Amino acid sequence: MSDLALTVRQLSFENRSFWRNPAAAFFTFVFPLMFLFIFTSAFGNDTIDIDGRDVKSSTYYVGTIAAFSLITACYTNIAMGVSFARDQGVLKRVKGSPLPSGSYLTGRIGHAILIGILLVIIVTIFGAVFYGVEVPTNTLPGLLVTLVVGSASFAALGLAITSVVPNAEAAPAIVNFSILPLLFLSGVFFPVKSWMETFSSFFPVKPLLDLVANAFNPETTGAGFLWGDLGAVALWGVAGLLLAVRYFSWEPRR
Amino acid sequence: MSAIVVKDLRKSYGKVHAVGGIDLTVSEGEVFALLGPNGAGKTTTVEILEGYRHRDGGEVSVLGFDPAKNDRSYRERIGIVLQETGVEPFLTVAEVIDLFRGYYPHPRPVDEVIEIVGLQEKRDTRVKKLSGGQQRRLDVAVGLAGDPDLLFLDEPTTGFDPTARRQAWSMIKNLTELGKTVFLTTHYMDEAQYLAKRAAIIVGGKIVVEGPPSELVQADASTTLIRFIVPPTAPPLPSELDQDGVVTAGVFEIHSAEPARALNLLTNWALENGVDLDGLTVTRPTLEDVYLDITAKAAAEGVTSE
Repeated sequence: MSDLALTVRQLSFENRSFWRNPAAAFFTFVFPLMFLFIFTSAFGNDTIDIDGRDVKSSTYYVGTIAAFSLITACYTNIAMGVSFARDQGVLKRVKGSPLPSGSYLTGRIGHAILIGILLVIIVTIFGAVFYGVEVPTNTLPGLLVTLVVGSASFAALGLAITSVVPNAEAAPAIVNFSILPLLFLSGVFFPVKSWMETFSSFFPVKPLLDLVANAFNPETTGAGFLWGDLGAVALWGVAGLLLAVRYFSWEPRR
Repeated sequence: MSAIVVKDLRKSYGKVHAVGGIDLTVSEGEVFALLGPNGAGKTTTVEILEGYRHRDGGEVSVLGFDPAKNDRSYRERIGIVLQETGVEPFLTVAEVIDLFRGYYPHPRPVDEVIEIVGLQEKRDTRVKKLSGGQQRRLDVAVGLAGDPDLLFLDEPTTGFDPTARRQAWSMIKNLTELGKTVFLTTHYMDEAQYLAKRAAIIVGGKIVVEGPPSELVQADASTTLIRFIVPPTAPPLPSELDQDGVVTAGVFEIHSAEPARALNLLTNWALENGVDLDGLTVTRPTLEDVYLDITAKAAAEGVTSE
């Protein structure tokens, strides 16, 4: 089999495995919807001012929660899943087989990206049906590119963070510590101003949020490409990939 | 033909010499057992052969490959069963084997692999639901999926109940009938004695003895053990036996290099004094005795690795 065929095959087994654990799959999908429900209920359907534009709060939250879903599916799930697989010796076993390392990881990441994009679609439909949020049309090209670049970048960062995770028990704490503050400071759960905005703009969550929010904003004209933000997300992704290539471990660290 | 040739293999971790210059030769189609206490360099040696670690010095050739080069074609011809391995818990036995088969150019059919390890009844059971012993057999099955010429088995029966161990042993014997070479590491000396055509004991990063288990045992005849239960009323033993033997909790034990002579003295004494030699046993040394003897000597000489 070619490396590509092996990657696709790996992805399909990954997928089969994923759906065999219905409890985990259920919460993966319900979690973002729950957040969407809580935040839109809490902050009502008022308008909020984002960069001088009035945006309905439900529109704001559909965008941020869509981005949040993508980050959870790619960054958090890859980081945790890979840390666990490493501790259980799954990675070491793969390394001793003829399967190219790249095919294994790409299969795994590919699956995470598909789940991430599926989550964004579900959040969008949920938002459209229950909160009347407009589904992006003219900005769809920009949104799709954002989702692909964003998911790939966060998956690469997820791989990179596993190199500082010593064991599976420590994975949830370290992974959450690395991402939760950024989610808050970047405005996933409430709009941010002043130093928080400045601070978070140096990290990859904020540019991703801006990209998705821009695509969901009905006022946006054009195809929805914000090259600066897209570049920032991609740059973080490349940095993550380089760190992962350099420091990734296939054996339990302990 | 030799499947594995190792010459003067060396590996250090910092200042610790894990492997201090060992030579090994394993012929094609034989079961070779590498024995040794924890920290003796066993795992380091195996992992160098498997390609997980790089050596500091020496020559290694496995099936004509240098494992350090990380050749895909090398990994296509070996099977590795590590001490601790995991597989995706939500896949079934057959699916896991099939997944791994896909990595190899000439895999063995799924059901043949399942039959070799005796998991027919669990074919469509999810990995999560298997018992510890069954998961270990699945580990071996995954190692066999690619129909390798050489199989590395790292402590394959640790944690097995006696029945499961016997089953695993006959499975490993079956493998050699298929012409496979098996490189085995184990803590169980009976396992090595039963399975291995040749065995080597590694202590402190060096091979201390090597050869067929039966020869290793014969070379160490001094450990023939004679024991019996001494009645409280028994008269004193002949002085020669009394000097070399020990009585613990009413049981007399003597290690003798001349078992015929010792037994003669003992039975004459018993007949003369009308003593029944209750619980009399004469035990040939096992590989375990040889092993304990060698590792104890090594420890006394200060040959420790860590």
